[in-house]
Amino acid sequence: MSTTLLKTIQLNQFSLLGTALIRRRSNNVSVRCCGSQTATTHEAKQTSPSRVAPKNHKSNKLDEILRDYEAVIGIETHVQLSTLTKAFCSCSNNYGSYPNTSICPVCMGLPGALPVLNSKVVEFGVRLGLALNCELSLKSKFDRKQYFYPDLPKGYQISQFDIPIASGGYVDLDIYVVQVDLNRAGVPLLEIVSEPDMRSGVEAAEYACEMQRIARYLGVSNGNMQEGSLRCDVNISIRPIGQAEFGTKVEIKNLNAFSAMSRAIDFEISRQALLYDQGKADQIVTETRLWDEGAQKTVTMRKKEGLADYRYFPEPDLPEVILTQEYVDSIRASLPELPEAKRRRYEAMGLGMQDVLFLANDVSVAEYFDAVIGKGAEVKLAANWIMGDIAAYLKNEKLSINDMKLTTQELAELIAAIKDGTISGKIGKEILFELLAKGGTVKGMIKEKDLVQITDPAEIEKMVIKVVSENQKQLEQYRSGKTKLQGYFAGQVMKMSKGKANPGLLNKILLEKLNAKD
Amino acid sequence: MLSTLQPPRSLSLLPLRRFQCSKHIVSAASSSSTAPVTSPPQSQILTTRRSLLSGETTAVEIAKSYLSRIRLTEPQLKCFLHVSENVLKDAQEVDQRIAKGEELGPLAGVLIGVKDNICTEGMPSTAASRILEHYRPPFDATAIKKIKELGGIVVGKTNMDEFGMGSTTEASAFQVTANPWDLTRVPGGSSGGSAAAVAARQCMVSLGSDTGGSVRQPASFCGVVGLKPTYGRVSRFGLMAYASSLDVIGCFGSTVADAGMLLHAISGYDRFDSTSSKQDVPEFQSQFLSVDHFESKPLKGVKVGIIRETLEDGVDSGVRSATQEAASHLEALGCMLTEVSLPSFSLGLPAYYVIASSESSSNLSRYDGVRYGNQVMAEELNKLYECSRGEGFGEEVKMRILMGTYALSAGYYDAYYKRAQQVRTLIQKDFKAALEQNDILISPAAPSAAYKIGEKKDDPLAMYAGDIMTVNVNLAGLPAVVLPCGLVEGGPSGLPVGLQMIGAAFDEEKLLKVGHIFEQTLKGSSFIPPLLANVA
Repeated sequence: MSTTLLKTIQLNQFSLLGTALIRRRSNNVSVRCCGSQTATTHEAKQTSPSRVAPKNHKSNKLDEILRDYEAVIGIETHVQLSTLTKAFCSCSNNYGSYPNTSICPVCMGLPGALPVLNSKVVEFGVRLGLALNCELSLKSKFDRKQYFYPDLPKGYQISQFDIPIASGGYVDLDIYVVQVDLNRAGVPLLEIVSEPDMRSGVEAAEYACEMQRIARYLGVSNGNMQEGSLRCDVNISIRPIGQAEFGTKVEIKNLNAFSAMSRAIDFEISRQALLYDQGKADQIVTETRLWDEGAQKTVTMRKKEGLADYRYFPEPDLPEVILTQEYVDSIRASLPELPEAKRRRYEAMGLGMQDVLFLANDVSVAEYFDAVIGKGAEVKLAANWIMGDIAAYLKNEKLSINDMKLTTQELAELIAAIKDGTISGKIGKEILFELLAKGGTVKGMIKEKDLVQITDPAEIEKMVIKVVSENQKQLEQYRSGKTKLQGYFAGQVMKMSKGKANPGLLNKILLEKLNAKD
Repeated sequence: MLSTLQPPRSLSLLPLRRFQCSKHIVSAASSSSTAPVTSPPQSQILTTRRSLLSGETTAVEIAKSYLSRIRLTEPQLKCFLHVSENVLKDAQEVDQRIAKGEELGPLAGVLIGVKDNICTEGMPSTAASRILEHYRPPFDATAIKKIKELGGIVVGKTNMDEFGMGSTTEASAFQVTANPWDLTRVPGGSSGGSAAAVAARQCMVSLGSDTGGSVRQPASFCGVVGLKPTYGRVSRFGLMAYASSLDVIGCFGSTVADAGMLLHAISGYDRFDSTSSKQDVPEFQSQFLSVDHFESKPLKGVKVGIIRETLEDGVDSGVRSATQEAASHLEALGCMLTEVSLPSFSLGLPAYYVIASSESSSNLSRYDGVRYGNQVMAEELNKLYECSRGEGFGEEVKMRILMGTYALSAGYYDAYYKRAQQVRTLIQKDFKAALEQNDILISPAAPSAAYKIGEKKDDPLAMYAGDIMTVNVNLAGLPAVVLPCGLVEGGPSGLPVGLQMIGAAFDEEKLLKVGHIFEQTLKGSSFIPPLLANVA
């Protein structure tokens, strides 16, 4: 149930990067299920407005760097699931509820409380795993990952360590994914880990963007980066081209927009390349860096002293997760059409890549479009209306396509009415804005406002004759060679018909009258 | 010196007239000793029900007599960390139900002691730890909820080794409980308070928890019946976790019937505990026939295996002969007795201490002083954790957290935790094989009778070694019952020795049947500690 604003699509450059990426494949994805700490950390929320970086200059410089160095990028994506209840108790799972209102003995970690796995988490894990073409583990288990933190009430996180629910997948568009696992004190989370096989910021952002699309298509998450429902941590290292070993990797956090992700990676590549060039490669250390949106750079958050030892061991409070083949098959059968398949289908319908990417980017938009053409509307016309005036209106009004008053039925009728000449395109636009603002039906509107196009030549001729006879001076000018005045006459007739005259007929009759030798 | 199959020595020390503080106990205890057992068999739960329904007495009267005995004996025994202020009020409610002719739950008016690591809503529940001092949970454990629904009355919270870590109850942060048979001795542990309270008739039955023998060993030390159900039989929701894969809530009673009926009340699947089992809970009560209904060989054809490894070196000779006498008694009842060997038996103890410590190191991380319990103010977070935990936990707990943390650490995991899990699988296999050949297995409950307070305090390894008889059963997840089978020398009037009977998973029914017949046919089977004679 996505309520994405259309405007987010338009701002999202990564859905428009298109065809080149669409052939790449991200390998080896895996999905893990986890339960996080009760409290959601809001550190990801940053309000500083995104400043657009001086792009061309930067990317030129980057191209230069990438002649000598190769970047190795892997992404860990955390998808917060939109289950009604938390992962391990029956508290409601609401973003934005008051702190500590959705809590119980279980998610508080009170003595004696035990976790109970929310079966929806497993279902969503399976859905995502299948969507990412993963191999599912019919038998997986939970583990405890142990560390102290104030918002981690039990002192450990229940997660999947060595047996994720799904592994070995890929994103058909572009990049390989390692695994998906069930994971947050109670906020249900899926963790998707990619192989380190991305090479640039743009590519990484496109991967993340596709993850968001898939999560929204599947209905497993609202995928909002601002709320932290979709979080991407980037692991990045560079190495001189030709070198076999990986360089020292750095983790980047606090990426709350795809554009930030792309810019953060490019910044990091430049930073590391500069250190290599200066012979200071040893200054690249294993650490976690934060993206500072205001300063447009990454800064050290914490250095890792050795490997953290989380002392994983199997969670004794939860039995193994056993899936039957029938269960997996039934979920597979219920999967919706995924973004990649949708794009292929739109392409085959003859839409241009720009249109395809726009329409398939947001599941609600795609569903709307599919419904409109399902009601017989012409594909290209439907695409144009949605991408043009409707998108502009929604953007202006800050509405989502789901909140819009114009139903798919009416848009289809509107398109049909224009096509069969019942109304003119111009009237069509007027009706569209009326319907967007107030709702109602095309037929009702046409009737109520008497907007049916005048296609009776006799009626049009009457109006033409009247206009011509009332404008003798212009007629003389026209006949003495100022033929541009035809537009003036046409306008007058149209005005008289209140815009209802069929423009083709009008012009035909008008020309006849203007050029008549009487 | 054994009393098995001998004249009822323990009772000879307890002339009836001394029991002036409680006529109910006297009647319950005396019925079997003075005359042939009458129907129904001695059971404090059934006796209570009978006398309430007949109007012979009231729940309030019964509660008063128990409370007065608690007042008399508690200064010496220190079984309770907290005695409920609501006992009389709860009893009044039972009486009102009777007066109104409303239906009575099977535990109506039954006074129940609850180990302090089991959550009781609004009543202190500290697991005998400083770190939870004054903590009152906002919910009842599932077992407590069920007990209350059936009319049972929680008398109070019993003392224990902190978080269940110990075998003597000396590791309580608050007090040391004495053994009612000899006040200079430990009651066993970790459920020492629950065992001693039943032995001293401060309550009728009680709940304990058993991770490596914490119900069975104190039952043996205190001469009461201790029942450890199959893992998964009873919901662990509300039991403060020590080692989640081993912990079970268990029952104490002065008879097998009482322990069995309490178990029945708390058993069954619970959606709040994913490890609880959906297996049916059979009606145990029909097992508890009175002696006059027994056939001449009531256990004819029951195959009993006596575990060879439990009678080898390191077991006190008195305990060994008591076990052998008990085996003979089972034979006399018609059982077919054979000796069985569990080759993996000796591996259980180290495997248990690795697994239990590992899980506890994780389970106890929630006690960080942040949300509840003892918080030591500190300027920064790590200091807060360090000081709260440093001051809140006792020495034994800290030792086990350290051991467990070590065993789970990168580089050691395979050598310790993983290896211990492999041993666990081996032990499960050996038990399975032995239980395919036999209906039940028997062994002593502990290598010795109760020892002196302080005797093993500075020698943890010696204390751990005392768990050898019981830990394997937890690793295998099997049910077992310990019941007194004789006395050995020690204390003013001998010390009780327990026999352990181990059954197949979820077959508590058979265990209870064999245990009940064994108990009811054991001459002089009322194990009443001398303390009760002295308080009068």
